[in-house]
Amino acid sequence: MNRRSITIVGASLAGLRAAESLRRHDFDGVITLIGDEPHAPYDRPPLSKQYLAGEWGEDRLALTGPEKLAEYGLELRLGTRATGFDLSRRRLTLDDGEDVDVDGLLIATGARCRRLPGTEDMDGVFVLRGLDDSSALRSALDAGPGRVVVVGGGFIGAEVASTARERGLEVSVIEALPQPLARVLGEEIGAVCAEVHRAHGVDVHTGVGVEAVDGDGRVERVRLRDGRVIEADVVVVGIGVVPNTEWLEGSGLEIDDGVVCDATCLAGPGVTAAGDVARWPNRRFDEVMRVEHWDNAVEQGAHAAHRLLVDDADAEPFTPVPWFWSDQYDRKIQLAGRIRPDDEMRIVTGSLDERRFAALYGRAGRLVGVLGFNRPRHVMRYKALIEQGVSFADALAADV
Amino acid sequence: MKIVVDYDLCESNAICMAIAPDLFEVRDDDFLYVLVEEPGEDRRSALEECVQRCPKQAISIAE
Ligand SMILES: Cc1cc2nc3c(=O)[nH]c(=O)nc-3n(C[C@H](O)[C@H](O)[C@H](O)COP(=O)(O)OP(=O)(O)OC[C@H]3O[C@@H](n4cnc5c(N)ncnc54)[C@H](O)[C@@H]3O)c2cc1C
Ligand code: SF4
Repeated sequence: MNRRSITIVGASLAGLRAAESLRRHDFDGVITLIGDEPHAPYDRPPLSKQYLAGEWGEDRLALTGPEKLAEYGLELRLGTRATGFDLSRRRLTLDDGEDVDVDGLLIATGARCRRLPGTEDMDGVFVLRGLDDSSALRSALDAGPGRVVVVGGGFIGAEVASTARERGLEVSVIEALPQPLARVLGEEIGAVCAEVHRAHGVDVHTGVGVEAVDGDGRVERVRLRDGRVIEADVVVVGIGVVPNTEWLEGSGLEIDDGVVCDATCLAGPGVTAAGDVARWPNRRFDEVMRVEHWDNAVEQGAHAAHRLLVDDADAEPFTPVPWFWSDQYDRKIQLAGRIRPDDEMRIVTGSLDERRFAALYGRAGRLVGVLGFNRPRHVMRYKALIEQGVSFADALAADV
Repeated sequence: MKIVVDYDLCESNAICMAIAPDLFEVRDDDFLYVLVEEPGEDRRSALEECVQRCPKQAISIAE
């Protein structure tokens, strides 16, 4: 496949790794990287961890240095938003009024935070996705608020709670599910996560939703569905993300909770997608998925880039074992694979009581997942076994 | 080619070990050990992948 140019929309992790990978595959055409944020590509995980804690400055977040950008010869267009795409004419519309003809297109526009209705313009209410969000929240934490209320006990919420707590602030976490992370990790492990919060002095409310966030211009309190009221100076809303696909409406590409791709990450002729915005059938798990993890953005960015360089006949399916980590307090939680609440779960090392363990998940006789609390070595070893497709019985018997 | 790990950044999540078990190992003490400090050129692409995939950007290559 001979291409003159490749345009990448979304100048973050997936987009940048895609660009780098094109050069590593000796693609010598023009690469244009278009991103709506004013910042050069930066890393998001520290935004809820070291950067929010005040331990790291902005300079530590860069995903790449100016020398590398120059070496790769990328045409970087920051502060520019794509507002439309027409697949039949292969034309991209930008918010600066310019239209761009594209040859290969890689979509990596990621996702943005869901908000609580009615809080969009309220002072003291934050979401956390970008550098500007984290900087604003960090200043609010610097001011020493009386109480930080985190709505949503998912990974981002838990990390914010952990960071705020480590800064000596009073923290409440409100989770609508019976346990935090219950949908991902199941209730038993979710209960362990709740215990980790409580052990660090966080006030945790589970199984109850938020009725309203009150305040006159500035947040004052959070009212829960069961009538409880929590005074709040800062509220952080961590209730999930939605993929950034609005700009593709009417483009001719299929959109359904993400950009719909085939098994090889192809969304249309000469168009691929990667990272938090991409939905594709992962044949290894026989499941159509959209993965919101750092490692996936890196791997899928590279895969989707390479896909634009090969002919259809040579295209390979993208079949990763998804993996992510989350740092909460002194726990490093890692999950590899795809797990469901009804999978068989067995602890293979450590125990839930110590909150240091590795748990394996089996389905239909196969190893499908491994979860570790402070067990990185085990997670990576078992991840390799998932890649090899071993049976659950063999995994349980394996010497790891 | 020499492997340089910034241990202040490394958080022992063992991604590098998953990619190149011959070069990196996270042991039961949860510390990362570099098994071969100066690997041969044939390991360059694996090592480059480690550099890219390390979520902490803790690995670099000294020529
Ligand atoms: C606070 C935080 C902590 C995290 N911690 C972890 C962690 O510990 N472990 C883990 O595995 N994952 C973590 N993640 C998830 C990880 O960072 C994401 O999976 C990753 O950033 C996805 O990369 P991406 O490039 O697909 O999308 P994004 O990083 O969302 O980037 C998309 C980019 O496209 C831009 N864009 C959107 N629309 C347009 C448009 N129309 N035109 C131009 N540009 C556009 C966006 O502004 C953005 O810059 C964390 C995420 C956050 C926010
Ligand atoms: S991938 Fe990076 S952070 Fe993880 S163990 Fe290796 S060097 Fe350390």
